[in-house]
Amino acid sequence: MFEYLASQLVYRFLGLSPESHAGQALHFFVMDTAKIFFLLFLVIYVMGLLRAILSPEKVRDYVRGKPKWLARTLAITLGAVTPFCSCSSVPLFIGFVEAGIPLGVTFSFLIASPMINEVAAVILVGILGWKLAALYVGAGLLVAWVGGAVMERFRPERWVEDYVWKIHMGEAQMAEVDTSLAGRHRYAMNEVREIVGRIWKWVLAGIALGALFHGYVPQQWVLEYLGDRDNWLAVPGAVLLGIPLYSNATGVIPLAEAMLGKGVAIGTTLALMMSIAALSLPEMLILRKVMRWPALTLYASVLAVAFTLVGWGFNLLQE
Amino acid sequence: MKEIKVLGSGCPNCKATAKLIEEVAADKGVDVQVEKVEDIAAIMSYGVMSTPGVVIDGKVVHAGGVPDRKTVASWL
Repeated sequence: MFEYLASQLVYRFLGLSPESHAGQALHFFVMDTAKIFFLLFLVIYVMGLLRAILSPEKVRDYVRGKPKWLARTLAITLGAVTPFCSCSSVPLFIGFVEAGIPLGVTFSFLIASPMINEVAAVILVGILGWKLAALYVGAGLLVAWVGGAVMERFRPERWVEDYVWKIHMGEAQMAEVDTSLAGRHRYAMNEVREIVGRIWKWVLAGIALGALFHGYVPQQWVLEYLGDRDNWLAVPGAVLLGIPLYSNATGVIPLAEAMLGKGVAIGTTLALMMSIAALSLPEMLILRKVMRWPALTLYASVLAVAFTLVGWGFNLLQE
Repeated sequence: MKEIKVLGSGCPNCKATAKLIEEVAADKGVDVQVEKVEDIAAIMSYGVMSTPGVVIDGKVVHAGGVPDRKTVASWL
């Protein structure tokens, strides 16, 4: 359906040739914009209707006071199913610390949260198929688990800003929710507006980048430098490239689509996706409010190493 | 007069929330005093982690995201 729409518009109406660079790029852009935004609206609306969107307050309640293995499992699962805005990272971090949740578990949550969310997972299935979606989500959960556990070994407590330990949180009596159908509909519409309003720029930028890659980067060049899994430097290169680039988990999908379409190796693509979504300068600057640079440097290094290993692993497994 | 506090560390959504409450109050002719709470320790002392949050007369009525107009009207 989206394919037909894009072809009609770009090739018939605008008269661009399907063989031209501009035609291919624009076709990709139109098709992915229509498809991804359609899925975004649909998924967020349904989640909102089911009231399946968890608040950080609830997450904190579930995780607190559990044995560490269970706390970590819950933290990464809940981190993966909640599309939190990175602006909530600071209150989340403080709230977790205040609840006595171990820092290593908190780091697991902080890693999982930007990298995976249910909206991105559904769109991944829609665009790249369930197999790749499962690989991405599985690898992301693994990195979050191991990353948090490794961070813990370095005793990151010593780098947490002093004021964080002193904050005392009150108990909020949350407002009762309107569970009538009309109330659910209103809540769902509001979630759509809020989340789409926050992420549309990243998604559109991701689609544009994917479209340029799809239309203009020569396949020969890709196969030579990025498709060959014996090229060990491609994966760390992708991770490094992803650090200054920032987008959210949904925004990286169209770029990955374009890269895979041109024959970039799976591991290299996954490493870039994860690095763009989870490792970024703005996120670091936000976290700087609660911890000092040594902790942040360690956090970035642990993630960079983990993404590189994931990338190499998948490139080795690739047939 | 209702005392309303908007909790949030200066993000665009928090400003939008404060503005929306003032607008709705003006529409309905309700006398309100809206105050923005930006200190993280103060925000957390209400038990709120997801901003913006809204506190009316000491009670948290909303947390996470800009509330919609109808909900705001129901508070006033």
